[in-house]
Amino acid sequence: MTTDANTYDAIVVGSGISGGWAAKELTEKGLRVLVLERGQNIEHIKDYVNATKNPWDYPHRGGRTVAMEEAYPVLKRDYALNEKNLSYWASDKDSPYTEVKRFDWYRGYHVGGRSLMWGRQSYRWSDIDFEGNLKDGIAVDWPIRYADLAPWYDHVERHAGISGSHENLPQLPDGQFQPAMPLNCAEDMISQRVKKLFDGKRHIIPGRVANLTQPKPGRSQCQYRDACWLGCPYGAYFSTQSSTLPAAAKTGRLTLKPFAIVSEVLYDKDKKRATGVRVMDAVTEQMSDYSAPVIFLCASTLNSTWLLLRSATDVWPGGLGSSSGELGHNLMDHHFRVGAEGKIDGLEDKYTYGRRPNGFYIPRYRNLNGEKRPYLRGFGYQGGAGRDGWSRAVAELGVGGQFKDAMSQPGGWTIGATAFGEMLPNHANTVTIDQNRKDKWGLPVHKIDCATGENEALMRRDMANDMAELLDQAGVKDVKMYNAPCFPGMGIHEMGTARMGRDPKTSVLNSHNQVWDAPNVFVTDGSCMVSTACQNPSLTYMALTARAADFAVNELKRRNL
Amino acid sequence: MSSTPEPIDAELISRREAIMRVTAILGGVAFVGSSALLTGCRPDAGKKTASDSTAANFSADDIAFLDELADTILPPTSTPGAKAAKTGAFMALMVRDTYYPDDQRRFRDGMQKIEDATQKAYNVSFMKATPAQRLAVLTPMDKEQWTQSQAQEDAERKKALAHLGEERKESAPGTDVGAATAVQQNTGHHPFRLIKELALLGYFTSEIGCTQAQRYAETPGRYDPCAPYKAGEKAWAGHA
Repeated sequence: MTTDANTYDAIVVGSGISGGWAAKELTEKGLRVLVLERGQNIEHIKDYVNATKNPWDYPHRGGRTVAMEEAYPVLKRDYALNEKNLSYWASDKDSPYTEVKRFDWYRGYHVGGRSLMWGRQSYRWSDIDFEGNLKDGIAVDWPIRYADLAPWYDHVERHAGISGSHENLPQLPDGQFQPAMPLNCAEDMISQRVKKLFDGKRHIIPGRVANLTQPKPGRSQCQYRDACWLGCPYGAYFSTQSSTLPAAAKTGRLTLKPFAIVSEVLYDKDKKRATGVRVMDAVTEQMSDYSAPVIFLCASTLNSTWLLLRSATDVWPGGLGSSSGELGHNLMDHHFRVGAEGKIDGLEDKYTYGRRPNGFYIPRYRNLNGEKRPYLRGFGYQGGAGRDGWSRAVAELGVGGQFKDAMSQPGGWTIGATAFGEMLPNHANTVTIDQNRKDKWGLPVHKIDCATGENEALMRRDMANDMAELLDQAGVKDVKMYNAPCFPGMGIHEMGTARMGRDPKTSVLNSHNQVWDAPNVFVTDGSCMVSTACQNPSLTYMALTARAADFAVNELKRRNL
Repeated sequence: MSSTPEPIDAELISRREAIMRVTAILGGVAFVGSSALLTGCRPDAGKKTASDSTAANFSADDIAFLDELADTILPPTSTPGAKAAKTGAFMALMVRDTYYPDDQRRFRDGMQKIEDATQKAYNVSFMKATPAQRLAVLTPMDKEQWTQSQAQEDAERKKALAHLGEERKESAPGTDVGAATAVQQNTGHHPFRLIKELALLGYFTSEIGCTQAQRYAETPGRYDPCAPYKAGEKAWAGHA
């Protein structure tokens, strides 16, 4: 049923990092916007029910039970399954998916999406990343360059609040930063030593993180509780709830509709435009249609593509955007869980106070400036140093009073870092729809077929060895490498499957994130990505979304949509 | 393939890793990529067997036994011990709710071994033994578990690193995926390791453990990256 009450100036599907930005930008530019969120509402602060609990307030002290594992057959594969923020993670049972190869998919189906639980590391990409595909002859060229996105990085950083240091590194452009969360004394000591090693090409810098170090209107600076994933009662980290949703709501032009599962984009083949979306009420399962001249798909990488695959199938059997032959292809993630760690001698008279929700970052240095490794692209490291806590006692020999008192004091300093590596796009890595299997709402589920390849495997040698070498040369003792099982999806940086490009024959979206076959449909979440770089991608989604929203409003004014 | 394949054992993150992750977070080393956390995986060998109700259920006597056991590992000193922090009840709850049957049995076996060893050495039950006798029973067990655990961790790490750079093989569930499979082909852990781990977790995350054995600031409000520290001062407890 379509009524005037169901008509808006723009519809945004999804309320996570990208959807929140779309809502903010479009409402602030004067549009009446409907945001559709498939899951429940989580109200800022009020609904962060565990945010101020103490460790001992949880029966299993935050751990996981067998019953939880049975209820969450996917989530249990990694850290995400825990007692403290379980309600923020989507139910694997309600929303199953088919794995041709193992793919770990950790989802947040509620207002705010994964912006509530994200790692908050926020890095700009550079032209080294945007030009990579063209230079290497991989996949297709990005249709944009750093200069296209730089003003939008500025824009989103100023509002979101990113703390970080200015480093003047071409591979990791500086931004509009609040003061950095400093390196601690051990990190600083190792950082100073590393400056003199490796021809000065490797840098240990403070992580750039979406946690405030100075207050913003309605938000206080970080209180160093390190409990971000519970929702922050101070609004000190960027989330839809703390940052973009209040801005959108303030305009008076936002309508937020939770429990609204969008099942397809409605398409008018004569006008060659989308007209709206079909929505299932997640509670009553009743269907209704909503219309708008502009539609933003921000439902997360695999879900925005799922929607496209199901839309306009009377015109294109493979779905809206499938004329390129690339819809659903080139699924990517970062690969990680490999690195090294060791012990630092000295600094026994130093400690830290406060729980910094951040660590250090080592920007990419491989395959730059003419270097040629046996693989393409590179990786960055995220790590930290600290004095060991009581948990070291598990692996230490000892029982009794002396042991207990010793373990009640801080241990020695340790340092370690995990590499995050770029994964190349590969047409064979796909998401399709499994028509034989339905979710709780009777909708067909995703079928994911994705694996890393030889380039990633070769890169992992350097990812482990380089960190061991760096630590060793910097005087760290007892250095150990590690290489843990890593499957696509574990990085929770799903990208690709509706890539941007310069040619409608080889890409789903153009340079402004418009679907080539339906220019009033914009896709600005991770599905638009043409390559992964090695930096965490969320800041780039924010910038791409704000840029596309600006373009959409201008096009609307010019009556081009 | 039209349905979700049954996850193979090698894919599962074990209880041990889960606990270790929790301890890592609470112990304040979450950002350090500690290898013990990342490679300390093993298959849930007991997952498919029926739940052993006797191993999973703990009587009041059992909990009293666990309290004394935990209090031997972490006795009262200048700060209260594990019994005061009700660690026995916590251990029982964790074994019941978070362990699969194999580990439940292993944990029970560990309790029995401690009882048997005390009887053998002192002709008295563990509950009736003196603190000194109890400590004398646990010390060699701790040494044994420590030696075994070290060897297991070294072997796991070597296996994982042997697969570095190996071309990723077909990763359909149930097939060899190189490092992913190799790392997790591990046998079970020593019963006393399980006991000690739960005693430590229970104590140091309790209110007494956080606020008396350690220092606790729910909302530190600031970050000092280089604070002075004098030998003997307590550690700062973690939060979330």
